[in-house]
Amino acid sequence: MRELRIHGRGGQGSVTAAELIAVAAFEGGMHAQAFPAFGVERRGAPVQAFVRFDNKKIRLRSQIYEPDYIIVQDSTLIRDVNVFQGMKEGGIAIINTEKAISYPVPEGVKVIAIDATSIALQKIGLPITNTALMGAFAAASGEIDFAALEDAVKRRFKGDLATKNIAAARAAYDSVKGAA
Amino acid sequence: MLEITEGSHAVADAVGKCRPQVIAAYPITPQTHIVEALAEMVANCEIDAEYITVESEFSALSACLGASAAGSRVYSATTSQGLALMFEVCFNCAGMRLPVVMSIVNRALGAPLSIWNDQQDSISLRDSGWLQLYAEDNQEATDLHYLAYRVSEDHSILLPSFVCFDGFILSHTYEPVDTLTKEQADSYLPPFKPFQRLDAADPISFGLFAAPDYYMEFRYEIDQAAKKALSVIPKAGREFGELFGRDYSGLVEGYRMDDADCALVAMGSICGTVKDAIDEMRDAGKKVGLLKIRSFRPFPAEEVKKALSGVSRVAVLDKNISLGSKGAVALEIRDALYGSQTPVYDYIIALGGRDVRKKDIARVVSLAEEGKGDLFYGLRDEVLK
Repeated sequence: MRELRIHGRGGQGSVTAAELIAVAAFEGGMHAQAFPAFGVERRGAPVQAFVRFDNKKIRLRSQIYEPDYIIVQDSTLIRDVNVFQGMKEGGIAIINTEKAISYPVPEGVKVIAIDATSIALQKIGLPITNTALMGAFAAASGEIDFAALEDAVKRRFKGDLATKNIAAARAAYDSVKGAA
Repeated sequence: MLEITEGSHAVADAVGKCRPQVIAAYPITPQTHIVEALAEMVANCEIDAEYITVESEFSALSACLGASAAGSRVYSATTSQGLALMFEVCFNCAGMRLPVVMSIVNRALGAPLSIWNDQQDSISLRDSGWLQLYAEDNQEATDLHYLAYRVSEDHSILLPSFVCFDGFILSHTYEPVDTLTKEQADSYLPPFKPFQRLDAADPISFGLFAAPDYYMEFRYEIDQAAKKALSVIPKAGREFGELFGRDYSGLVEGYRMDDADCALVAMGSICGTVKDAIDEMRDAGKKVGLLKIRSFRPFPAEEVKKALSGVSRVAVLDKNISLGSKGAVALEIRDALYGSQTPVYDYIIALGGRDVRKKDIARVVSLAEEGKGDLFYGLRDEVLK
C-alpha cells in the first residue's frame, strides 16, 4: 500500500484533489481510498487530505502518518506545519513554490518543486493549484495515468472549466516529465 | 457495478433504489450529503418519492411516522444532535410498529460540541425498539439498507431500523462500492405491503392510550418482535448473499477467530483497522482475532457466546460510554458470557473523532494481556493527575 498526504489551505481544493486522484487510480485498476482530515474547515486554515493506493481492498481507516508522497499546495505552510513529518525514505514531496527550496528536507526525500500557482494563473486564470499539482503527482509518482486523471477531471468539472484544469494538469505533468 | 464514490452518495444511491415513497429530512448541520443527493434525485424525477422538508428533526421523523402509518415506505437520515431531537418519535415509531428505515451517520453528542465521529448517538437510542445494524465499510453501509427494509417490513417484525455507519470516516470517504442495478434491487426488495394502514374508508388508530392492564403486553410484543429479528436478519442476509455474492447472514462476523487466544470485539469502521492490525500481530506470532458485531439490536448473545467460547480473553472496543457504567458493547458481551471464566476488558476508544491507528489496537491487546482494562484508552496525561 502507498499513501499520499496533501497539505493545503481551506479553499485550495485539497479534498477535491484527493478525490480525483483516487478516482483516477481506481479507473487505472487499483483500489483507492480518499478522505479529508475532518475539521471545521475555514478558508485559509491549514487542511489535509489523504489518499491510499493498493492492489487489494483497503481496510485501514486511520489518518496517514507515514506517507510515501506528499503534495504541498502552499509553501507558506511549511513555516507552520511539519509537512514532511513521518515521510518514508525514498518518498516524493511535490511542493508548489515559485522560489528555490530554502528549508531543510529530510534525507532520502525527493523534492519536486513546481510553480503551480503560475501554471494555474496562466491556464485557468485563478490561483487554484490543485489540478496542476495532480498533474505533477501523476508524472512524479506513476501511481495514476494522465488519461485517467483527465477523465476524473472531466467527470467533476464541465466544459471550459474542465478544459482549463486539464491544461493546467498537462503543463505541470510535462514540466515534471521534462525535468526528469 | 463497481464504482468509486463518496460514502454518502453510495448510500443515497442505494436508498433511491429501495424506492422510498416519502423522504423527510431537516437539512442543517448535523446532516449529510445523503439527503442532499436524494433531494436532487426527487427534483430530477429519478425517483418517485415525496420529499418533505421540515423545520426540525423532530418533524422529519414525525412526517415519516405519519407517512408510514398511511402505508408508505419511508426514509430519513440523521446524526448526533439531530437524532437526539428525534428521541420521542423514535419510541413512537417502534411502539406503533412502523417499519421506518433511517441512516444514522454516527457522530458524537455535545456538550462539548463535537462534529466528529463516535457511536454515542445511536447507542443512546439502544432501548427505543429500533433494530440497529452497523457497517464496517461503504459497501456494507449501502447493502444494509436493502436488508433493513426487508427485515423491518417483514410482517413478523414490523419494527424500524437504524443503519449505522461512521460519520466522516465512512460518510466522507471515497472508496469502491459495488452498486446494485434497479432491477437487482427490485428482485431483492419487493414493494412495501403494509400490515395495516390508516385509511379513511376503513378507519383504525395507531399509538393509542394503554392503561396499566395493557401497556406491558405491548412492550412484550415489541421485545418478542425484536428477538424474532435474530432469525429474520440472517435469512434476509443469506438471500442477499445468494443473489449478489455478499453474504450478510451473520449477526456477528469473526475474523481470524479459529485459534484466537485474544478476541477483540468492535462495531463499525474501526473493524477495518483492527483487521489490518490483527494481520500484523498474527505475523508476529500473536493469536488475535476479531468478532465484529453487525447487529447490536437485537443483540445476538448466543452467537457471541459461541464465537467467544474458545478464547482466553476478550478486549471490547467501545466508541461510546454509558456514563457512570461502561461501554454499551462490553456490557452486552459480559452478559452474553455470564458464568464463563473468560475475562472481558472494556476500552472506551475514539470518542469525538480521536484517530485510531494499528499500533493503538496492538496496545489494547497488550493491555488485555496484562489484565488492564475497563479504561478510557489514550487519555491525555493531565486528566489522570
